[in-house]
Amino acid sequence: MLAVDAAPNPWFDPSYVIDNWSSIMGYLGEHVRLTVGAVVLGSLLALPMAVLARRSRYLAAPVLGLSTLVYTIPSLAMFAFVAPITGLTATTVLVGLVLYSLVILVRNFLAGLQGVPEDVREAARGMGYGPVRLFWQVELPLALPAFMAGIRVATVSTVALTTVGVIVGHGGLGQLITGGFNANFYRAEIVTGALGCVLLALLADLLLAGVERLLTPWTRRAVA
Amino acid sequence: MNLLGEAFRYLNDPFNWTRRGGILELLGEHLRISALAVLAAMLVALPVGVLLGHTGRGGGFTVALSNVSRAVPTLALLTIFAVTPIGFGPTATTIALAVFAVPPILTNTYVGFRSVDRDVVEAARAMGMSGRQVVLRAELPLAAPLLMTGVRTAAVQVVATATLAALVAGGGLGRIITLAFAQQDYGAVLAGAILVAALAVLTELVLVLLSWLLTPGEKRLPFLSARRSGPVPETTASGVPL
Repeated sequence: MLAVDAAPNPWFDPSYVIDNWSSIMGYLGEHVRLTVGAVVLGSLLALPMAVLARRSRYLAAPVLGLSTLVYTIPSLAMFAFVAPITGLTATTVLVGLVLYSLVILVRNFLAGLQGVPEDVREAARGMGYGPVRLFWQVELPLALPAFMAGIRVATVSTVALTTVGVIVGHGGLGQLITGGFNANFYRAEIVTGALGCVLLALLADLLLAGVERLLTPWTRRAVA
Repeated sequence: MNLLGEAFRYLNDPFNWTRRGGILELLGEHLRISALAVLAAMLVALPVGVLLGHTGRGGGFTVALSNVSRAVPTLALLTIFAVTPIGFGPTATTIALAVFAVPPILTNTYVGFRSVDRDVVEAARAMGMSGRQVVLRAELPLAAPLLMTGVRTAAVQVVATATLAALVAGGGLGRIITLAFAQQDYGAVLAGAILVAALAVLTELVLVLLSWLLTPGEKRLPFLSARRSGPVPETTASGVPL
């Protein structure tokens, strides 16, 4: 029996959280920044891609095929592909996360746009809507529920994926998970990191659900 | 593209493949852990999914399970199992991976059984089939395509996720990447990434082909029909990259 085995190593330890509050908040901040950055950048890239892909099947096929391929690549490999270019920085993690969120978002955005009934678009055109006004005032509102569903899925999985960023030293709360593992299996630190990730994901999902409700008041009325 | 050259030099060296702790040994370990995890998950998820789907109970439970599982980082679960009394090593990795493989199999089995036409079930009953016969001879063949999809997504996910075991001192091909990062050997990092990505893509292709061959009914190449039906929005944990 080693002395290490005898030492208490509880799963939950409030004093650990209190003692290390500022460093935990630092990692949490990085986690939030990476997640928000990845989803926002991913959305900005995915929207024009989805609009282009809807125009023709010849564009949609390669976009969807490529996104399936990116999807299959394990995250550790993805960060390893990017790391030689951007080094051991948070940028490496961000690039990898943007690629994954982009893949989820393009599919959902495309599905949302394709879900707009042709009759509705025809009616709008008949009322004199140009392509720009048609997109902003007719298609976008109708596709919004699908868009928001995509953003929610992308956000929750990005929060979980950010932890793998530990490979380049920028994994947000993931740093606590591997940090605790390397510090002689310090359970309190590991559980803090893991629970933090889950809570952050659930909180983000709730927040986005609220935003969705605010943005689409008409769906509420339809349900009621 | 000096790094790419280095990566290919690493992959081209037979010694890197055959030595102890080399690519072949790690690949074997990777596949063994993955296969065990998927089998264990199937043993748990298939009967439960069939039961829930057949009786039509627990729909909320399966949806909640797949949603929550998406929010739990795989790395966290791998680490937590590694610091339990099981100890870090292949056993802890296999259990953690199996836990993650359960939701996609369970959800797809459940949905597959639920989406069987109620008229078909009723007709089967009217023909005098017992409950067991309805499950095995009417519902199962009709639910088979979705069931296969569940197993396939779970398997690809497990093969991809097994890479992460290397971050917590586990084995598998991820080892090449973590070791090379520690040694700042970016050529080998790239080589490891190429191997891991190729394995994941290859697993996906082989399983798509396999499930196409095994699925009863109309034979249609999966990638062709996927293109025809257009994009499907991600709704379950089954489609989450890992």
